Amino acid sequence: MDLLEYQGKQLFARHGVPVPEGRVADTVEAAVEAAEEIGYPCVIKAQVQIGGRGKAGGIKVANDRAEADEHANAILGMDIRGPRGEGPFTVHQVWVERASEIDSEYYASIILDRSAKKLLAMLSTMGGINVEEIAEKDPDALARRHVEPSEGFGEEQAGALASDAGVADDAQEKTASMLVQLYGAFNESDATLIEVNPMVVTKDRDVMALDAKVTIDNSALYRHEDLADLEEGFIEDPQERMAKEKGLTYVKLDGDIGILGNGAGLCMSTLDVVAQAGGSPANFLDAGGGSKAETIVDALEVITSDEKVVAILFNIFGGITRGDEIAKGIIDASQQVDIGVPLVVRLDGTNSEEGLALLADADLPNLHLEKTMLGAAERVVELAESGATA
Amino acid sequence: MSIIVGDETKLVISGLTGREGTFHGLRNRDYGTHVVAGVTPKKGGQDVEGIPVFDTIKEAVDEKDANTSMIFVPARFAAAAINEAIDAGIGTVIAITEHIPVHDMLATYWKARDAGVRLIGPNCPGVLSPDKANVGIIPAQFFERGSIGVVSKSGTLTYQIGNELKQAGLGNSTIVGIGGDPIVGSDFIDILTLFEEDDETELIVMVGEIGGDAEERAAEFIAESVSKPVVAYIAGFTAPPGKQMGHAGAIISGSSGTAEAKKEALEAQGIRVGKSPTETAELAAETIGAKA
Repeated sequence: MDLLEYQGKQLFARHGVPVPEGRVADTVEAAVEAAEEIGYPCVIKAQVQIGGRGKAGGIKVANDRAEADEHANAILGMDIRGPRGEGPFTVHQVWVERASEIDSEYYASIILDRSAKKLLAMLSTMGGINVEEIAEKDPDALARRHVEPSEGFGEEQAGALASDAGVADDAQEKTASMLVQLYGAFNESDATLIEVNPMVVTKDRDVMALDAKVTIDNSALYRHEDLADLEEGFIEDPQERMAKEKGLTYVKLDGDIGILGNGAGLCMSTLDVVAQAGGSPANFLDAGGGSKAETIVDALEVITSDEKVVAILFNIFGGITRGDEIAKGIIDASQQVDIGVPLVVRLDGTNSEEGLALLADADLPNLHLEKTMLGAAERVVELAESGATA
Repeated sequence: MSIIVGDETKLVISGLTGREGTFHGLRNRDYGTHVVAGVTPKKGGQDVEGIPVFDTIKEAVDEKDANTSMIFVPARFAAAAINEAIDAGIGTVIAITEHIPVHDMLATYWKARDAGVRLIGPNCPGVLSPDKANVGIIPAQFFERGSIGVVSKSGTLTYQIGNELKQAGLGNSTIVGIGGDPIVGSDFIDILTLFEEDDETELIVMVGEIGGDAEERAAEFIAESVSKPVVAYIAGFTAPPGKQMGHAGAIISGSSGTAEAKKEALEAQGIRVGKSPTETAELAAETIGAKA
């Protein structure tokens, strides 16, 4: 689960990490009121889970009430795309915070390093801009330190990291303390990523977190009620929203062939094979392990609600999942949902023979059974092409 | 020989008395795996269709000589169950449970390493050595004994590829699902090392997917330390960047971790990468044929 900036800052504050005073607002009036309370100059920041907000015009400084009103008006409701074209994400909330007098901008992060199987703390005095680029061109500009499981990450380790990064002498102690507090927040909230960019040294030589990117391990949310209750970013896409309500793992793509597979790996592989056959997948939908007939009905409802979809492919290799359950789901769905487009089914694995027999008996219109994954991919592409031109 | 599980496996199942634990535990036994015990706290003294249940793994080790444990308990208790197995002197732990908090796994990973315990998973389908032992949820009826070792992050994709290998007339020495979580007990390199040393394995199929850099590191390792032929498959070329695809492991970070980057890294070391599961099996058959 990715936190919005303000949620991350509230988490930081609870762990003693210094952050500027601020308020969240979802209307222009509330934003102006927040600005009046905080005082000027203040910063109005779009709350969307994507980088590059500043460049997109989602972060503005207001020097008085009129500017606060103007900026809140412009930012609330705007669509922001990420640096790699992700989104668009519509801004539903802004965070209004006291402007800081910035002397220098650092970059700090703690991340789970999957290769080393350790946490990794990173610090650079060249924050605020493209850190990835800096790290590539000048690796020494980004100091790194793995957290050894036997020693943890205290003042000593944080101090060494600050020193390695070349932090100004008069800011080293406060930088190190903040890193230790971030580490505490990381562990106590089951985070897998905490990134602060920029972490600033103010003209008064205070160190503060001006941004917060926090990812919490979904598997650990059961022990963090406060975080589990946070409202996640609003899901813009109607199919993705519907899938989430139904508890399905669904990602919208640009094409016109609806896809359902069981297991993320097989589902991804199915997308690839359809693309190689000349088709364009409309989505990723992992029905998961052991899915029952109801899951299939839900999945077909989500897939067919996407008007772009002209044909659908089910690729199932049952392990825990049983082929007869899948077949029952397809038959049930054909009675409850107007599928309306050709459905290609490839069923293999546990109880696939029973499933195929059920489907043969049901004799559904526009249902095409294929024996192999490749054959099914080619068939669905063919049907999509004839459907799209019909 | 085969790797990780085989005729010498004496399995204790944590969570045997649960619905899924019973179903798969009995299936594993029916396949021929020596299932010697189950463990569920406060249910010691009971049995599941003749498999004795103990309160602790330690008792299963002391009384039944269990040497391998399978973890089938709910996520919030699973790391503790792995830790218990390590403390009880179990040599091989196979964790099927998904959604174990990653911070718990981080601590457990190092505990297992320090104790010299082989940990497979979590969030994995298990390990199958055809005709010898099946520990986990792999549908064993689709695989035959043979000389191909398979190591994979994904479950169902492994079945797909195993089945394609069978169509191509090839069987398996062992199939290892390492799991797709951010922290898994054994990664590609650990399993490649075991296959390299295994007499029965003549060729290795490595099945990866987007996210992380395990495939890239494996590519270097293969070039340096694996003499047997390796054929690879990577899923996720069509996956959009930065979007989560259901597996905790399938998260792209930055510019690396893409399917394309992984394919390039493998091919740069002379490892052939199949475009589809079918082509991967064909490449394996071709390579074995050329070798024979």
